Amino acid sequence: MNWSMMPTPLRKSRRNFLKVSAAVGGGFALQLTLPARVFAQSAAKGPELTAWIVIGADDSVLIRVARSEMGQGSSTGLPMLVAEELECDWKKVRTEFVSTAEQVRRNRVWGSMATGGSQSIRSSQEYLRQAGAAAREMLIAAAAQRWKVPASECDVENGVIRHTPSGRKLRFGQVAQGASKLEPPKDVKLKDPKEWNLIGKAAHRLDIPDKVRGKPLFGIDVQLPGMAYAAIAQCPVFRGKLATVADERIKGLRGLVKVVKIEDAVAVVADNWWRANRMLKLLAIEWDFGPNGAASTESIREFVRFGLEDSSIPVARNDGNVETGFAQAAKIVEAEYYAPFLNHAPLEPMNCTALVKGDRVEVWAPTQNAEATHATAAATAGVPLENVEVHLTHLGGGFGRRGFQDYTRQAVAIAKSVEGRPVKLLWSREEDMRHDYYRPMTLMRFKAALDAAGKLTAWRVRDASHSIMAGVRPQEIKEGIDRHALGGIVDMPYEVPNLRIEFAMRNSHVPVGFMRTVFHSQNPFMRECFVDELAHAAGKDPYEFRRPILQGKPKDLGVLDAAARASGWGSPLPAGVHRGIAVQDSHGSYAAAVFEVSVSDAGELDIRRVVVAVDPGYVVNPDSAEAQVQSCVAYGLTSVLWGEITLREGRVEQSNFHDYRIMRMAEMPQRIEAVLVPSGGFWGGLGETPLAPLAPALCNAIFAATGKRIRSLPLKNQGLRLA
Amino acid sequence: MIELTVNGKKQSVDVEPEMPLLWVLRDVLDVKGPKFGCGIAQCGACTVHLNGEPVRSCSVPVSAAANQRVLTIEGLAQRGQLHPVQKAWIDHEVPQCGYCQSGQIMAAAALLAKNRDPSDKDIDAAMTNICRCGTYARIRTAIHSAAKSMKSTKA
Repeated sequence: MNWSMMPTPLRKSRRNFLKVSAAVGGGFALQLTLPARVFAQSAAKGPELTAWIVIGADDSVLIRVARSEMGQGSSTGLPMLVAEELECDWKKVRTEFVSTAEQVRRNRVWGSMATGGSQSIRSSQEYLRQAGAAAREMLIAAAAQRWKVPASECDVENGVIRHTPSGRKLRFGQVAQGASKLEPPKDVKLKDPKEWNLIGKAAHRLDIPDKVRGKPLFGIDVQLPGMAYAAIAQCPVFRGKLATVADERIKGLRGLVKVVKIEDAVAVVADNWWRANRMLKLLAIEWDFGPNGAASTESIREFVRFGLEDSSIPVARNDGNVETGFAQAAKIVEAEYYAPFLNHAPLEPMNCTALVKGDRVEVWAPTQNAEATHATAAATAGVPLENVEVHLTHLGGGFGRRGFQDYTRQAVAIAKSVEGRPVKLLWSREEDMRHDYYRPMTLMRFKAALDAAGKLTAWRVRDASHSIMAGVRPQEIKEGIDRHALGGIVDMPYEVPNLRIEFAMRNSHVPVGFMRTVFHSQNPFMRECFVDELAHAAGKDPYEFRRPILQGKPKDLGVLDAAARASGWGSPLPAGVHRGIAVQDSHGSYAAAVFEVSVSDAGELDIRRVVVAVDPGYVVNPDSAEAQVQSCVAYGLTSVLWGEITLREGRVEQSNFHDYRIMRMAEMPQRIEAVLVPSGGFWGGLGETPLAPLAPALCNAIFAATGKRIRSLPLKNQGLRLA
Repeated sequence: MIELTVNGKKQSVDVEPEMPLLWVLRDVLDVKGPKFGCGIAQCGACTVHLNGEPVRSCSVPVSAAANQRVLTIEGLAQRGQLHPVQKAWIDHEVPQCGYCQSGQIMAAAALLAKNRDPSDKDIDAAMTNICRCGTYARIRTAIHSAAKSMKSTKA
């Protein structure tokens, strides 16, 4: 997932910037119109050292966080990067989320606020460490000035600056005021990884104590004086419109504030959410379904598959000549693979609280892209960016869903119609299930050649898929080819002398979006299961088959070897237990997985052991890294076992967790082993990469156990269920 | 008016008797710990104790809680002391996004109130709440650890 592709960062024109600067000089500041109970404005008390750090006279260190916390732990990992260089006392670190109004006013001083694509650490680690180092140098310089000694005679540890020759000491809080008046140094030297004290050592997550106390941290918990509540019904057929709505049955009912019509939805605003949602169900709504009211999973699947038959299919990569390879083959292997639509299903349904007052807008949102939320709020209310403030809350899961801003648009539109009164819009689970930006449906057809020695000599991939870029950033699509949709395919790590990759973009009316691991959640399933087919056809061990064709990619080979080693690949297993293996790089990191399974004659699948090896370059917080591997296993297996969104009459059939099953405690594999093998020298992501090799490693293990090849997901449709 | 005791405090609410307890807690009494996830008793994010029993408050009408005792995550700590389950959750770094954890903690506390030494099987049977972040392995470890610490404080 690459959120830099989202068309939303807050870039002001120079003219705008001058206007705002002048306004600030005149005493204008975005005043909060209402006190938010928990999302108070900056808790910063003390001077700022760089935009990221505020140090109090009591030595407290406030570190600002510009990325969203949705469970991945970056609200701890990002401050660790700052603190590593700052040399402060980690126990005194507190955090706050960056204010988007300040971000606009200060011309994006905090860089990107987008949280996706496993980008938080890897794309901001350098400037965060530099900020910490700059602040440290400023603090040392201020202390040296006070002592009238050269800064080079001072060292710093745990928030205390020491003049080494004399042994004199000053705490950060004693010199912060003076330090803040100094110019930040331009060039700072970052520590060598060998000198790190915090990075790479498990730190307690800063957000956990509040989370176990049930503190109101989430968007859904926002409570404002006089707040109203909105429930919404959206046109069940995507791209349809609201025709008419009759509200006779709810007139005069208790708590009703207003019925609000928007283009493709209708909302009821009431004095609590339950009443709003109950009245919503009493409305007589007529929809204009448009041309898609007859679409079904089958019709869309045929529509996508038609791309595979296209004789003029665009070619994304063409090495050597596959036809020659096929002509000279000792063996040809062909297969077609399928992956369905999926819903993100974060546990906190979409919600957003908004207040429109005159030409000012305030928004409280669990969002993965606070700047996109800000821009959407401004555009919806028709006010300049400078008149908007977004309060970033914690997210009850994101997984890519909360980068899209449909819920923000709705909340601000509703708030506009009850101007002066804050409104919290909350979707029911049913709305959330039926109005996602789904993981794209994808089909692939493979044809490959093996020579007499069982060596892979030619491979043709035909990929027919929905494109996320087509909706998000169409300029990325060149000559019909969406390279983003070909992730893991067009850039596959294997050495294949004759390789041809073809892509047919097939967009139905179903909205698609980034879902955890994005195309690396289905493309590796197809590619790595097919490589397993090739190994089998070549009569080779699937691990040994991969090794020689990965020689040009030492990092991929490294995690493959690590997973094989940790799992004891090749060693004897109990009767009936079989292994499968797969490898995939994504999001700047490398992962490989080995599954051990047994499958009964009745199709009962017992997942006995999962080993995942990951090389993200550097690991900031090993405890969070292990948690991300466990998280990917639960999320990935949920999709592989049960995940599918189906359509009938143009609309999604699933509605809630009874028909969109999520993995529970008793269903988890008993043994999940995270093997972290950071090899250094690069910064990769961790929230998504471990998921990529899971589906193929599991399906390959199932083949080893049963001889049945899984080419279509989910497994529940393949006669398999958990034991 | 319906009267109920929430976290030891008597409350009286003027609402429809069929209004789910979850929404009375969240929108009327401003008790935000119990979360809304599904509305059909599937996910357990709304788990609270009704007279000591874990219930899915999204599917319990407030009338069923009339004159009864309701305990939410906000009332779990005693005299400023976190419940052993909460402590174990911190020690084992259980939460990720944290959204389901109020419900998970309430379910675990209810389990341990009845079963001082739950087996893995007991935990599987009692802990049916959904965690979309997949914190299950740590939840299991934390429950065993809380059980141990409750035993040692008793001894």
